[in-house]
Amino acid sequence: MEERKYDAAELKQYKKRSRMAEIWRNYKKNPSAMVGLFIVILLIIVTLVAQIVYDYDADIVTQAIRDRFIKPGSAGHLFGTDQYGRDEFTRIVYGAKYSLSIGFISISISCVLGIFLGLVAGYYGGLIENLILRFCEIFVGIPSLLMGVALMSAFGQGLGVLMLAIGIVYTPLFARTTRAAVLPVRDAEYIEAAKIAGLGDFAIMFKHVLPNSLAPIIVRATMGIASGILTASSLSFLGIGVPIPTPEWGAMLSEGREYIRDYGYLTLFPGLAIMVTILSFNLMGDGLRDALDPKLKK
Amino acid sequence: MSEPILEVKDLTKYFKTKSGTLHAVDGINFTIEKGKTLGLVGESGCGKSTTGRTILRLLEPTSGQVIFEGKDISTLSKHELRKARKDMQFIFQDPYSSLDPRMTVAELIAEPIEFNKILTDKKEIEERVAELMYTVGLAPRLFNSYPHELDGGRRQRIGVARALATNPKFIICDEPVSALDVSIQAQILNLLKELQQKMDLTYIFITHDLSVVNHFSDDIAVMYLGQIVEKAPSVELFEHPMHPYTQALLSAIPIPDLKAKKERILIKGEITSPIDPPQECRFYKRCNYTCEECRKNQKLVEISPNHFVACQRAMELNLGNL
Repeated sequence: MEERKYDAAELKQYKKRSRMAEIWRNYKKNPSAMVGLFIVILLIIVTLVAQIVYDYDADIVTQAIRDRFIKPGSAGHLFGTDQYGRDEFTRIVYGAKYSLSIGFISISISCVLGIFLGLVAGYYGGLIENLILRFCEIFVGIPSLLMGVALMSAFGQGLGVLMLAIGIVYTPLFARTTRAAVLPVRDAEYIEAAKIAGLGDFAIMFKHVLPNSLAPIIVRATMGIASGILTASSLSFLGIGVPIPTPEWGAMLSEGREYIRDYGYLTLFPGLAIMVTILSFNLMGDGLRDALDPKLKK
Repeated sequence: MSEPILEVKDLTKYFKTKSGTLHAVDGINFTIEKGKTLGLVGESGCGKSTTGRTILRLLEPTSGQVIFEGKDISTLSKHELRKARKDMQFIFQDPYSSLDPRMTVAELIAEPIEFNKILTDKKEIEERVAELMYTVGLAPRLFNSYPHELDGGRRQRIGVARALATNPKFIICDEPVSALDVSIQAQILNLLKELQQKMDLTYIFITHDLSVVNHFSDDIAVMYLGQIVEKAPSVELFEHPMHPYTQALLSAIPIPDLKAKKERILIKGEITSPIDPPQECRFYKRCNYTCEECRKNQKLVEISPNHFVACQRAMELNLGNL
């Protein structure tokens, strides 16, 4: 065979644009996704700053009965104060850390478990698939809130347990989403081509099957963060999530519920905080999905 | 005569379906010598691709043996099979679906090198990829392109490069050009031919395009409903087609000449269902020359040197003027 040597300089010229840079380049083109990303980053920064600026005991939980129900916009109290005279703005800003960490960590747990189960089920099919799917269906059959209540009462109250409980609750959803996304990929010809190229089952699953079925999982994960935050709030509302007086948004919402007629802002602001957070995660997820699909590239 | 590199013995692949057993490949026998090309032709659904896939055990054979360089492929363990596939590669029909859309050209070609541990050093792999790209005629600027950015011909070149990456001895080409434009078909065919000469490759060339197979193959096996009905050296088959089905098939090749008059042999009816076919000549229901004896299963018989026909009336009818 005739040989032709490629000098390194020639190859360097066509050096790979890194995958992340590629995704970022596509992501940037989507304005609403950028807004979502901006808000999420802002939330994370605000959360971090809040941990430094505020003192939990002095600013968050100490009551000041004289200052209760100050209207929003008053000097020093942008969002007003609640029934115990605590500054609503401070509590919301500080509380972002609970919602964010519950959302992230619990969905990470269910992502890891669910993706693994879904991949195995979808790739191997047959009996394994049936077992995993039936098992998931049993779990999906139980309402997520009820399931959360059951797990929380079994393991006891606390932030860590709450995350784990929500993680377990959402695992079957991820398993099913992953398996559904895997099915069309499993029969693609490039999977056969990978077998011929010498890849084993697990290499094929993680190198070819998973990356090609990631889009719906990412969307599911962003929705999942949102639902995770909501479920956590609901559990807090029922008194078995994060215990009062922790300024978790859901807990604040339920506390404010009693005063909704006279002091609506006590429910309005935590509600808005939850909404904006969920919305920006969804925008981000949509943008990521488009950016991850090279076929949409212009 | 040189050594046979591949020997297929009574290879059978049945699929269980709701309405019965589908006989996709039904007792196929052939051998290929090193450096030669066997063309496998037949109409859609006759089991050509299934045969190719079963030989490489992309599909598990129902029964039968595939002997590659003295080793029985059909009994290898999963691990041994992966090793054996280093020498036996596959070029896929559709270059649009056989390449992972999320990998660049370089990653695609590097994959078989990495996973078969042929080279481990990153730099060496890169060089080997560049060399392979040159061999199959891909410009170096495509190094980091994605397959969807390329046309069908270039994609198929990636497929060829992937197949070559492990330095195989034997490649099954499953209709490698049928998804391509005619002008590009010729390029890929020439490339395959060139590579065969340079690297002493053995091919099974699966196709439904008779004019392609004529130029490309040393031997041709004609398949009908999961069985080989006729097998002969290319020239012999085109000059003296003995099986009624081969006759009809060859008469259907278009001649690129307006004045040429050609008699087409028309086959009646439709292809028989491959689900639980009756134990008779597979072509019985459509053949123009049937007799009582045709209701028996037909075996491949050597009627002249290297010319096998599965029709007991072949000599009597002498359709090919042998």
